[in-house]
Amino acid sequence: MNYEQLMSQRAQQIAPSPIRRFFDLAETMDNVISLGVGEPDFRTPWPIRSAAIATLERQAIIYGANSGLLQLREEIAGYMERRFNLSYHPEDELLVTVGGSEAVDLTFRTLLNPGDEVLICEPSFVCYAPLVRMADGVPVPLPTKEENQFKLTAADLKAAITPKTKLLMLSYPNNPTGAIMTREDYREIVEVLRGTDIFVLSDEIYCAMTYGTKHCSIAEFDGMRERTVVVNGFSKTFAMTGWRLGWMAAPAPIIAQARKIHQYAIMCAPMVSQRAAIEALRHCDAEVTQMIEEYDHRRRFLLERFRQMGLPCFEAQGAFYLFPSIAGTGMDGETFCEKLLQEERVAVVPGGAFGESGKNNLRISYAYSLKHLTEAANRMERFIARHCGT
Amino acid sequence: MKELLSLLKQNARLSNADLAAMLGRSEETVAAQIAEMEEQGVIRGYSVIVDEELADRDAVTAYIELKITPQPDCGFDELARTISGFSAVESVTLMSGGYDLGITITGTSLRDIASFVAQRLATLDGVLSTRTHFVLKRYKEKGILIQEEPGDERGVYL
Repeated sequence: MNYEQLMSQRAQQIAPSPIRRFFDLAETMDNVISLGVGEPDFRTPWPIRSAAIATLERQAIIYGANSGLLQLREEIAGYMERRFNLSYHPEDELLVTVGGSEAVDLTFRTLLNPGDEVLICEPSFVCYAPLVRMADGVPVPLPTKEENQFKLTAADLKAAITPKTKLLMLSYPNNPTGAIMTREDYREIVEVLRGTDIFVLSDEIYCAMTYGTKHCSIAEFDGMRERTVVVNGFSKTFAMTGWRLGWMAAPAPIIAQARKIHQYAIMCAPMVSQRAAIEALRHCDAEVTQMIEEYDHRRRFLLERFRQMGLPCFEAQGAFYLFPSIAGTGMDGETFCEKLLQEERVAVVPGGAFGESGKNNLRISYAYSLKHLTEAANRMERFIARHCGT
Repeated sequence: MKELLSLLKQNARLSNADLAAMLGRSEETVAAQIAEMEEQGVIRGYSVIVDEELADRDAVTAYIELKITPQPDCGFDELARTISGFSAVESVTLMSGGYDLGITITGTSLRDIASFVAQRLATLDGVLSTRTHFVLKRYKEKGILIQEEPGDERGVYL
């Protein structure tokens, strides 16, 4: 079989994830300390695991409603109301998905016609552009800038809109920059969008992780809910990455189309996870608060260490990433990361993996213990002193 | 104060500079707050959590339940203070339930502990009975795990 000739050209044209490269290299070395992982280091809170165990013991594990357990959708609706003042009808405006990723994929497949342009704020998580391509859309990078703390500005947005623009992809709090958009920041964005036919996909998977300010969803603004798909999930907030559970919230006509695709491709999200997630939404606020407090301690700790070692870093207020700039080191991201790995055995991801506008930065995850972060910072400090010493 | 205390409980050796960074306060503020808590007796001291098995293979720890007769005027306090005075005694707590005082003690051998119970504790006025439980293995103390930390199983998948 001539696979390359026979298989889907579109699938073959998708590049492999650029994050992986350094970690393949790191795996061949000893004594490597990583700041590269993009998932919580906390275990899933016990009440959630316990609910899963009880489900296994007492329930038949069978297919459920395509949209997800109604009870879970009701809890999700309550959570969105309580946290963001967003009101979604559990019956026809919510869909429980296999992680936030499926919801992102579904949204593209539901909204895009061939040739439709999707504006993707960059730097951002690596899955958006490939998924847009698989849905026949055209990903258009919308670079955000360090001088704006990697927020989207109205001017940048206006300049990027064309008659073919179908969808604006937002992901705040942001992976990899840690940037957030406040209510104030959104105001001017909303002004640009209002009165257009542009949809918004807002990936709010890191919504629980904002420090010193409450998360704001763009769907909260007048005239936005009708055009916005909100994607969220349990992975980051409740330390439930492996449970693969997320959701999309959108107006009923969008959910109705997405549900068909979900029904044919997935049938339903994992039922054990769904039952456990009900417990998460009902009873785990205290556990979440404690995790967020600890992330915040680490965030401040690392920001201060970077300041001391002379690695400039804007004060990221969301997710669990810092995005220090290496523009002053005379090295590009790839070189910096490779040397740091070879010389000090610290594995971090070059910011360029998340889009051209991150090429002078590093993505640093602080989903690690303080002890681990201290050791990593010590090594980075030595590295900076050696290469950029004054 | 509460946040500061919770950080110190996890690791009392964090420097004031690190604590200040983590809490978003100045180093001076942190130093003053610690001094204040020491002054008020909120912080009674700083200790270390030791894996006794690694530090001294012969160390034996016991948990002793004591039933005692409350004294007129001072209840359980006087006897509890007396027992706290023994240097071998690591902790003394007044308990609700089936016994009155719970005591932790570490010695060099079973015999060492047996003789302490028989000669020092059981003979005290007001002590009605003792039950000694020997510690076989410790897994966690004051929030710190006394076991191999599970390795980081997370990978980079995307």
